Amino acid sequence: MLDNLNLLVFAPYLGVQLLLDGIFIGAIFALAAYGLALVWGVMNVKNLSQGEFVIMGGYFAWYMSTYGIHPMYALPVAIIGMFGFGWVVYKTIISRVVEKDMFTSLLATFGLAIVIQQGLNLAFGPEVQVAESGFPTHTVPIWGGEITIAEIRFYSFLICCVLAGGVVTFMKKSRMGQAIRATAQDVRAAKVMGIDTEKVFAFTYALNAAICGAAGVLISMIWVIQPFYGITHSIRSFVIVTAAGFGNLAGVLMASFGLGVAEQYGGFIFGAELQQATVVGMLLLVLIWRQIQMNRLRQAVQ
Amino acid sequence: MTTATDVKAAETGTHKRRLMSNNDSMIFAGLVLFGILGPILFPNYTFQIAVLWLMVLFALTWDIMGGQMGYNSLGNIFFFGAGMYICAIVQVGLFTDVGAYTSVSGQGNFKFTPDQYYIGVAVGLVAAAIGSSLLAVALGWIVFGLRGPYFAIGTLGMALAAGELIGAWGWVGGGSGIPMPVYPGSGDGKSYFFYVLCFAAAIATFLFLKWLYSTQFGLAINAIRDDEGKAEAMGVHTLRHKTVAWAVSAFFLGIAGGLFGNMTGFIEPLEVAFPTITFGIFMVAMALLGGKGTIWGPVLGAILFHIVKEVTWTYFLGWQWVALGVIIIINIIYFQQGIVGWLQEKYPGWFGIEVDERARAEAPAKGAAQ
Repeated sequence: MLDNLNLLVFAPYLGVQLLLDGIFIGAIFALAAYGLALVWGVMNVKNLSQGEFVIMGGYFAWYMSTYGIHPMYALPVAIIGMFGFGWVVYKTIISRVVEKDMFTSLLATFGLAIVIQQGLNLAFGPEVQVAESGFPTHTVPIWGGEITIAEIRFYSFLICCVLAGGVVTFMKKSRMGQAIRATAQDVRAAKVMGIDTEKVFAFTYALNAAICGAAGVLISMIWVIQPFYGITHSIRSFVIVTAAGFGNLAGVLMASFGLGVAEQYGGFIFGAELQQATVVGMLLLVLIWRQIQMNRLRQAVQ
Repeated sequence: MTTATDVKAAETGTHKRRLMSNNDSMIFAGLVLFGILGPILFPNYTFQIAVLWLMVLFALTWDIMGGQMGYNSLGNIFFFGAGMYICAIVQVGLFTDVGAYTSVSGQGNFKFTPDQYYIGVAVGLVAAAIGSSLLAVALGWIVFGLRGPYFAIGTLGMALAAGELIGAWGWVGGGSGIPMPVYPGSGDGKSYFFYVLCFAAAIATFLFLKWLYSTQFGLAINAIRDDEGKAEAMGVHTLRHKTVAWAVSAFFLGIAGGLFGNMTGFIEPLEVAFPTITFGIFMVAMALLGGKGTIWGPVLGAILFHIVKEVTWTYFLGWQWVALGVIIIINIIYFQQGIVGWLQEKYPGWFGIEVDERARAEAPAKGAAQ
C-alpha cells in the first residue's frame, strides 16, 4: 500500500492517468445516478435494481457484438428495449409498491435485482464479458512517462454528455418533462391539475431504465460486465444520490466524478481487490458525513 | 407435555405474566418434540435440520429489529460472519499462533487434542456472542442516526464492506479462509454434537425473545417502531433501546455464526461468513413470509422457507434463485403482513388479542376467546 503511494508521488503521470480514467468512468456513473435521483425524487422509490438495469443494457451490447454488430449500434436498441422493460416492471411490480412505505419498494426492487441477475446468469453464463469496440488506444507522453487513452473512453464520455444534455432538455422543454417535474414537487397538486400521475410514474421509471441501459452499453465497452456486478453499480448510484441529493444535477455530476476518481485511486493504492470495498467504504463515509450534518439540526437522515 | 407447562403457567398467575398461552405452549411442545425426534427419524438429514434451526434463529433475530422495532436491516448477516471469525480465531488462537496456522491454511503439523477442541468451541462461542454484541454497540453509534431506506442501505454496505475487508486481511487467511479444527470423533458424532447446539441456540433465542417482548423493553421498542419521535418525547431513551436490541440480535447471531463455521469445517469471507445475498436476504424473506412483528411468524416463515428452498434446490436446480426473487417480490407486494400476520387479522382470538370492547359487548354472550 505504501509502495503504491510512493509510486504515485514519484511518478505523477500515473496520477493523471487515474484522474482521467476516473472522470471517464464517473461520467457513466452520473447517468445511472441521475436515473435513480429521478425515480427517487418523483415517486419516492428506492430502486435497488438500478445496477441490474445497467448490466442488462451491457448485455444488449455484448450480445449484438457476438453477432458481429458493432456495440455502438446497441445504444438505441438498449435504450428502447430497456424503456419497454422498465414500463413492464412498473406495471407489474412498482405500481403496487409506490404508495407503500419505503422499505417495501427497497425490498421489492431487491427481489427484482435477484431475478434479473440470476436470469442473466442462466441466459449468458457467469463469465466476465467485454463488448469489443475495436477503437485504437493512444499513448500520450506526459511528465516523463506516458498515459494511455482508449479512444472508446473519449467517445463514451461524449455520448454521456449528449445523453445527459438530451435528458435535461427533455425535462425542461417537453410536456412530459414538465409533468414529471410537477409530480416531483407535489403528487396531489399535480393530480388536481389534471396530470395523469400514474402515467408519469410509469414514464419516469421506464426513462430511468432506458438511461441505465445506455450507461450499461457504455460500461460494457470501456469496462467489463458480469451478471453479479450490478450490486456495485446500485451502491454507486446510492452513494452519489445520497451525497448530492436529488433534483440537483450539478451535485450529481460532481459526486459522480468524485466517486469515479476516488475509486480509481482507491483501487490503485489499496490494490484492485479492494476496489469494491472502496465503493462501499465511500457509501459508509457519505452516510456518516450526512449524519453529522443532520445532527447539527438535531435530525436523522431519512 | 402441555399439562406441565399449563400448571406452571397457572401457578405463576394466569393473566398477568404468563409467558405462553395454551395454543402457544402446544405448538412449542410440538416443535421441541420435532427437534428431539427429527435427527432420530431422519438421520440422513441431521445437517439440514440443524440448518433449519439456524434459519429459525436468523428470522427471530432479524425480527427484533425489523419487526418489533421497525428498523429494517439488510446487513444483520454481518454479526453472523463476525461471530464466525471471532469463534475461529479464539479456537485456533488459544492453542497456537493464528497467523502461522492460517498461512499454511491448517496444513501445518498442529493437531488439536479433543480437550483443546471442546474448550476451544466453548470459549469460542462465548467470545463470538460477546464480541458480536460489542461490535453491535460500537456500530450502533454509526448507523442509528439513519432512518428507513438509509438504514437498510447503510447496514447492507456494512456487511458487504466487512466481507471485502476480511478478504484482504492476511492474518485471518484473507480470501482463502480458515480451515476449522477437526472434530475429534466420527462424522455422525459431529453432526449430532452440532445439531444439539443449534437446536439449543434456536430454542434459547425463542424463549429469550418471548420473554423480552413481554417486558417493558418490548413495549419500548414497539413504541419506537410506531413513532420514534413520540417515543422519545414520552421519555424512552431511543438510542439506548435501539442499541440494546441490536446487541441482542448480534449476540445470538454471533453464536449461530460460530456454530455454522464449525459445522461446515471451513470458513471463507464472501460465501460462508458474509453471505449477504443468501443468508442475509433469507432472514428478511423468512421473517416477512411468516409475518414480521410476531413471535411465531419468523419461526413459521423459516420452516416453510427452508422446506421450499430445499425442494426447489433439488428439483429446479439453476432456477432456485429466480424462484427466490419471485417469492420475495410476491411476498412483499401481495402478502406483506405474512402468514401469521394474516391469521392474526382474521382470527385475533387465537392470539389472545381482544379486538374492540364495544364489538365484543354487542356480540352474543358466547364468552370471547380468553
